[in-house]
Amino acid sequence: MTSSKIIILLLFSASGLAFVWSLYRRLSLVQLGQGKGRFDRFGERFGNMLLYAFGQKKVLARPYGVNHAIFFWACLFLVAVNLEFVLAGIFPALHLSHLPDALYVPIRLGSDLFSFLTLGAVAAALVRRTFFPLYPEARNIEGYFIVIIIAVHMLAYFGINATEIAQGQERASAWMPISLFASGFIKGASPAELASLHSLFWWVHAVALLVIFNYLIPFSKHLHVITAIGNCFFRDLDKPNTQPRETFEIGADFGADSVAKLSWKDLFDSFACTECGRCEEACPAHHTGKKLSPRQLIHDIKQNLLANREAIKNGQEPPLPLIGENGEGSCSEESIWDCTTCGACLQACPVFIEHPLKTVKLRRHLVQEKSSFPEELLNLFENSEQRFNPWGIPPSDRGKWCQPFGDRTFDAEQNEYLFFVGCAGAFDNRSKHVTAAVAMIMEAAGVTWGILDKDELCCGDSLRRLGNEYVFDQLAAKNVALFKERGVKKIVTQCPHCFTTLANDYRQYGLDIEVIHHSELIEKLLAENKLTLPQQKKQGKMLFHDSCYLGRHNDNFDAPRQVLKQATGSSLLEFGRNRENGFCCGAGGGRMWMEELSGTRINRERVQEALQQKPETICTACPYCMTMLGDGLKDEGAGEVKVKDIAEVVAEALEGQA
Amino acid sequence: MLAIACIKQVPDTTQVQIDPETNTLVREGIPFIVNPYDTHALEESLRMHDQFGMRSIALSMGPPNTEATLRKACALGVDEAILLSDRCFGGADTLATSNVLATAIDRLAQEEELGIVFCGKQTIDGDTAQVGPGIASRLGLQQLTLVDKIEHLDLEKKTIRVRRKLEGRHEIVEAPLPVMITTVRELNRPRYPTVPMRLAARDVEVRTWDNATLQIDPETVGLKGSPTWVCKIFSPERDQGEIIGDGVNDPDGTADLLIDKLLSKDLLAL
Ligand code: SF4
Ligand code: SF4
Repeated sequence: MTSSKIIILLLFSASGLAFVWSLYRRLSLVQLGQGKGRFDRFGERFGNMLLYAFGQKKVLARPYGVNHAIFFWACLFLVAVNLEFVLAGIFPALHLSHLPDALYVPIRLGSDLFSFLTLGAVAAALVRRTFFPLYPEARNIEGYFIVIIIAVHMLAYFGINATEIAQGQERASAWMPISLFASGFIKGASPAELASLHSLFWWVHAVALLVIFNYLIPFSKHLHVITAIGNCFFRDLDKPNTQPRETFEIGADFGADSVAKLSWKDLFDSFACTECGRCEEACPAHHTGKKLSPRQLIHDIKQNLLANREAIKNGQEPPLPLIGENGEGSCSEESIWDCTTCGACLQACPVFIEHPLKTVKLRRHLVQEKSSFPEELLNLFENSEQRFNPWGIPPSDRGKWCQPFGDRTFDAEQNEYLFFVGCAGAFDNRSKHVTAAVAMIMEAAGVTWGILDKDELCCGDSLRRLGNEYVFDQLAAKNVALFKERGVKKIVTQCPHCFTTLANDYRQYGLDIEVIHHSELIEKLLAENKLTLPQQKKQGKMLFHDSCYLGRHNDNFDAPRQVLKQATGSSLLEFGRNRENGFCCGAGGGRMWMEELSGTRINRERVQEALQQKPETICTACPYCMTMLGDGLKDEGAGEVKVKDIAEVVAEALEGQA
Repeated sequence: MLAIACIKQVPDTTQVQIDPETNTLVREGIPFIVNPYDTHALEESLRMHDQFGMRSIALSMGPPNTEATLRKACALGVDEAILLSDRCFGGADTLATSNVLATAIDRLAQEEELGIVFCGKQTIDGDTAQVGPGIASRLGLQQLTLVDKIEHLDLEKKTIRVRRKLEGRHEIVEAPLPVMITTVRELNRPRYPTVPMRLAARDVEVRTWDNATLQIDPETVGLKGSPTWVCKIFSPERDQGEIIGDGVNDPDGTADLLIDKLLSKDLLAL
């Protein structure tokens, strides 16, 4: 072996070891987090990994994603080719040229084309980053550096090939159009010049490779090339917005004020973030000028972990607080309270990062350990605990809406469904009309139902998303016990928040019965012909707004649309941002009970978007959306546009029957 | 120095209904809450602890289940909670109640200097506003009622300056310690208990003092010691109101109707 080969051997071995070591060092930091690995349902996880990581399914969901997919697939191919580059540099016997033509030629052709495609993708990335970045901070040195290094690496690759072709050493040159073209530029060079050019390109190529593997991948956001694959495997296979329970024991932690109290997956997420900014772009809070950016949240968790790692390992107080106004690496309280837990970020993220879950953990700490929360929540918390509804109205008023229907106390023998009315449906004057409409529809379809009247407690959705797990826990346990005691088998709700809480969160409390949202029930009754609408009621142009907790969090997009179409006989208008990409009304995550002090108002933004379509009615299937859109319409001076729940539209179509 | 908060557990009156037949309160199944004005008294005694290192004590007279209310006070962080409970204390009016509370406070003051006694300005079930002043006159404390701000507290000179919230005006009053203060809502924003404190409060010992401890003349406490008693409770008759318009579907039209109505009754000066 020549001395240069020994140098190469040493260099690449050292680099390989350093790569593995630095990866190990960084990724083992996630062990500072809590909880166990996610290896259940292995097949499903593996499938997810193939589809979303290797198949780039979510990346491709956005137009520009093509460019990333090209990078990714080209890199996969070129990693293999580069392995050959390194090995052949040391052991010439391993050079690809020893392969038979049938294999060698296609590989050379592929490398040439993929490398060229990658160069094209580099150019596109440069243009985009400079002129159309998703967020201004995306124009950072690191971002440019990686693209340029890749470009250098590719150009050097063509340089090597071109010199080899000029030296007459490349038997597949006819199949390497780009390299062949490049070799034209050095045709006249002497053999000595060619030899030194070759070694120059070789070293540039090698150094670029070292920079990528020994700096960019382990120490920058480009770690995602590895962690994103893991994240597609470890993603939450259930509803990512159902927070885990807490146990209320003396000495336990309630929520998180340190990365060490987050889960290992939360920390892994922070290493998987590509900083693409899709979450931020979709986020209603960020969009309307609030402090919160889900991208920044994930970034801050990572920076905090890196800043505090030694202290945490040594069991000391972390020097950089996770919650506070300490700039990078620390999340401001204001931003923590901005989140509506709408899940738009979850939906947008190509690598399944679970943002709102982390926000809720931080809120849990603030509420439960620090009693530090926006003033206006005090009433909500006290009322929910003392009178079991957000407004603090006497529970004896809960059943008042039901007077026209007579005594409807739930009776397991007589009633198929427990109608869990919810606080809005029971106390909010506007929503009471919806409640009556749902009841009327069930009557018309011969569905038997009963209510818990004053014994029904708030489902606790807002409390849970706001981090008041302690009070949520009490409400959930009492409600579930009451359902069991009364022999409830099926529940219908008329609010997506009650729905998601009963259907998903209460599972943690052992509630395992059918819970159905009224949109689905009505759709079912129509499909089974149990409910017949004597007259389709034309309602003029109607626009449907997806509730985050019905749609995005529970995949119910079609039932309300179907119901509306059948009730009106006409097609619906659609928002530009609809279904999975629907834009929150601003009330989720407990924001219903909070002031919106910074930026513009989320509900007004949504209403402005609605008014572009010139609807006569905006339809919802959620009492919170109804309030927010109604208020937004008034603020926009468009009070003539009506807001109706789907049940009201159906009830109007029914009215002819009576 | 002691900062004592007198608190009362009351039925949640928004949920209490009057039985029209017997003219008594229907209390079955009605949850108890801390008298809302007392939560401000409690909060202020906690602030005295936080800011001036005073010892905050929550004191309550009531049946044994009042312990729940005192536990809530513990969850908020009082140094000590004492329940004054004895069969013979039952059925007390404000005179008998202030007797028991004053005796207990006096007993505490034997061991540690008394600084301030805080009481809510009144309770939502009795609405008399007499117990605080009753305690003050029995113990010879300065009475500072309807306080909405503590302007200054000088522990060296032992003086306090407060602002009283009166009808249409404020009054700044200064007095030497010890004082009795009755609190209004504007005084402070009560804190919310943290979970670790709530959990710890589950195990805290709430001391109970019965009359064997307090040694008060049984003729001066409870029903026996009460010169006043409630003969009848009833909801006053009132003219039926009127629902005008349809506020849900036609808010603007309804607002117009309302304004016309108010104008016609000359209740709205333009
Ligand atoms: S859940 Fe919604 S509001 Fe919260 S960070 Fe994500 S996109 Fe923003
Ligand atoms: S969290 Fe996801 S969507 Fe947001 S910047 Fe990171 S990778 Fe992109």
